[in-house]
Amino acid sequence: MIEVERLTKYYGRFAAIKDVSFRVESGEIVGFLGVNGAGKTTTIRILTCFTPASAGKARVLGLDAASDSLEIRKKVGYLPETVPLYPWMRVQGYLNFVAKAKGIPSSGRSSEIERATGAVGLDRVTGKVIKTLSKGFRQRVGLAQAILGDPPVLILDEPTIGLDPRQIREIRHLIRGFAQDHTVMLSTHILPEVSQVCDRVIIINEGSVVAQGTPTNLANSFRKTSRCRVVLKGPESEAVNLLSGMDHVLSVDSSEASGDGEVKLTIETSPDTDVRANVGRLAYEKGWDLLELRGLDATLEDVFISLVTGEAEEAPTAEDLEETEVQS
Amino acid sequence: MRGWYAVFSKEMANFFVSPIAYVVIVMFLAISGFFFFANISYMSIRSLQAANNPMLAQYLNLHTMVVQPLLGNMGVVLLLVMPLITMRLFAEEKRSGTIELLLTFPITDLAVLAGKFMASVCLLLVMVAGTITFPLILASVANPDWGPLLTGYLGLILMGGAFIALGMFISSLTENQIIAGMVSFGVALMFWIVSWIVPLVEGGVGTVVRQVSILEHLDSFNKGILSLSDMSYFVLFIAFFLFVTLRSLETHRWRG
Repeated sequence: MIEVERLTKYYGRFAAIKDVSFRVESGEIVGFLGVNGAGKTTTIRILTCFTPASAGKARVLGLDAASDSLEIRKKVGYLPETVPLYPWMRVQGYLNFVAKAKGIPSSGRSSEIERATGAVGLDRVTGKVIKTLSKGFRQRVGLAQAILGDPPVLILDEPTIGLDPRQIREIRHLIRGFAQDHTVMLSTHILPEVSQVCDRVIIINEGSVVAQGTPTNLANSFRKTSRCRVVLKGPESEAVNLLSGMDHVLSVDSSEASGDGEVKLTIETSPDTDVRANVGRLAYEKGWDLLELRGLDATLEDVFISLVTGEAEEAPTAEDLEETEVQS
Repeated sequence: MRGWYAVFSKEMANFFVSPIAYVVIVMFLAISGFFFFANISYMSIRSLQAANNPMLAQYLNLHTMVVQPLLGNMGVVLLLVMPLITMRLFAEEKRSGTIELLLTFPITDLAVLAGKFMASVCLLLVMVAGTITFPLILASVANPDWGPLLTGYLGLILMGGAFIALGMFISSLTENQIIAGMVSFGVALMFWIVSWIVPLVEGGVGTVVRQVSILEHLDSFNKGILSLSDMSYFVLFIAFFLFVTLRSLETHRWRG
């Protein structure tokens, strides 16, 4: 369990974080979101006892970060944003060093290293020199060192950065597996990752927590309209006119380029109204070929953008989200 | 202090897996060997001259003509070499970000410091141990005075330890290894030569300057004198710089 109360950290006169408060329960996976410079790393560094707070309290498993630093460090597995590796070491040697530093007894060291390398899929490269590994494998070595010793709390800063889509899925699956008996705090920029992996989200901006809750609740609380997507074959101007005239419809956006006679439209309606049945009936009556008809949920990205920039941007489509994931 | 051994073995592996240790040891031994050869040659020439001029024979002394200059020269080589060993100790960890890992392990800053210091001292001992062949060669052809030789070696090791502590402190102040190496060399050199200005300053200042100088305290070791004040100087020198390195790590934590 992680408890943070009115945590403040000054660098000179600059407050990197101010009065940050949140709580992460045991067995919970919490996403820690924020733009660069929002204060994520500072908060994480206080929790991992790398740097002390200027004011406020940070407790991990009931231990105070200021007075029980060594005890906390025994119970926290930490993957910093820049994966801390010694390029000249072999993977096995590096993990052996970490295991020694974590105080894992020599009798169980080999089996623990085997467990960690197996969990992150490093079995095949344990004999290799770290500098010869791909970025994805280096990231896995970083993850392996974090989970060595099976610490009850894991704090992971961008754990899937640099991995390919298959590896990302594996690592997400692995992190989800930790949920049963670990507390996981995950700092990431990949918003779909948070939706898929995390039970709850904490959004930090300019050094203060601006929102926290489950991804669904956050998305719902920030939804001002409902939207649905329609793809049909028919006359565009007539379709736009008829759909605009329907009850509860606020606007119809036809700005997306169409081809092969297909008309792609986004319909915005009042909150909690579903016009899909009416759209279907209209298409049937007019004899248009209805190729696609689905609701567009508000996403965590909407919430995030809205909170950190103060603007409500158009919610991305599922394709956008997939694209973000692959690019990452 | 739990965990110091993990850092120690990692540093030892770094020295001996990479070419660092081999290059440093070979260069140290090569340069020291050259000095030994030069000193022996000089004494041989003086011995031949003494055969024709018996007055010169009274000045022939193996310790003052070979051992003492050799120990002094090895001290100068250590002055050049030790910054190369210490410059990366913290600067590299800071530049690569591994310092964050090291300082979030369940080990104290003192254990990190002890691991790195002990590993560097071990490398120093290996280097100095390589020069044992010189007194052994001397012993095979003459009868060296073992007492001053041993105290000279003790002084050399204490001075090397002092350079390591100083270099570690300077390395903990920067992320740049070149800056760490250059400043370590410069400061160590200042401690070495500061006594040169003693004739120019009088009274209490002169005494302080003399007491601060490494050369002043090393001299008695080379002469075979084991004085408590000289021993204390090196021990306190090492303790002081290890202490300020610890404080430097602490400020690094505050700066995040």
